[in-house]
Amino acid sequence: MTKSELIEALSLKQTHLSQKDIDLAIKTILENMAQALEQGERIEIRGFGSFSLHHRPPRKGRNPKTGAAVKLSEKYVPHFKPGKEMRYRINTSAGYQS
Amino acid sequence: MALTKAVIAEKLFDEVGLNKREAKDIVDLFFEEIRSSLEKGQQVKLSGFGNFDLRDKEERPGRNPKTGEEIPITARRVVTFKPGQKLRARVESYAGNSKK
Repeated sequence: MTKSELIEALSLKQTHLSQKDIDLAIKTILENMAQALEQGERIEIRGFGSFSLHHRPPRKGRNPKTGAAVKLSEKYVPHFKPGKEMRYRINTSAGYQS
Repeated sequence: MALTKAVIAEKLFDEVGLNKREAKDIVDLFFEEIRSSLEKGQQVKLSGFGNFDLRDKEERPGRNPKTGEEIPITARRVVTFKPGQKLRARVESYAGNSKK
């Protein structure tokens, strides 16, 4: 499912809002989530999961073409931890035992 | 403070002008729709943000960390999140401080 398919699915379920409103709402949700992470703030959605930043220390890398050593500085990467209900539903619907 | 559904709904009220009821419903539907797509075995790709992918894991040996007893970790399906280029670039240079 893509973002536009998600917007379509929501407009079928929320019929009193225009597709334009839903489109804007979803973009606003995602932008607020990205902004929170950008500021180092966690996102906690009960039953869905949480997003946070993980630290990556500086390391020495190599340019794979030339073999030259390059310094890679420390950075942060987004991390998602699925919530309990998410884990359970995905696992059982796939036919695995819980 | 963490970003929660209530805070996101508040933003939709402020920034999009939805009423509180609509804002709450859209936020609930948004996360529910992603979850049910994954539940149907379908990955979710949100361009500019990232992809939620599914992985089927085989059974592997495990251990009860308290008792040391060996117990198998059963086969299962798990969801993983792969952040997109744009989101990675946005958080990469976070200075890191108290807010984490």
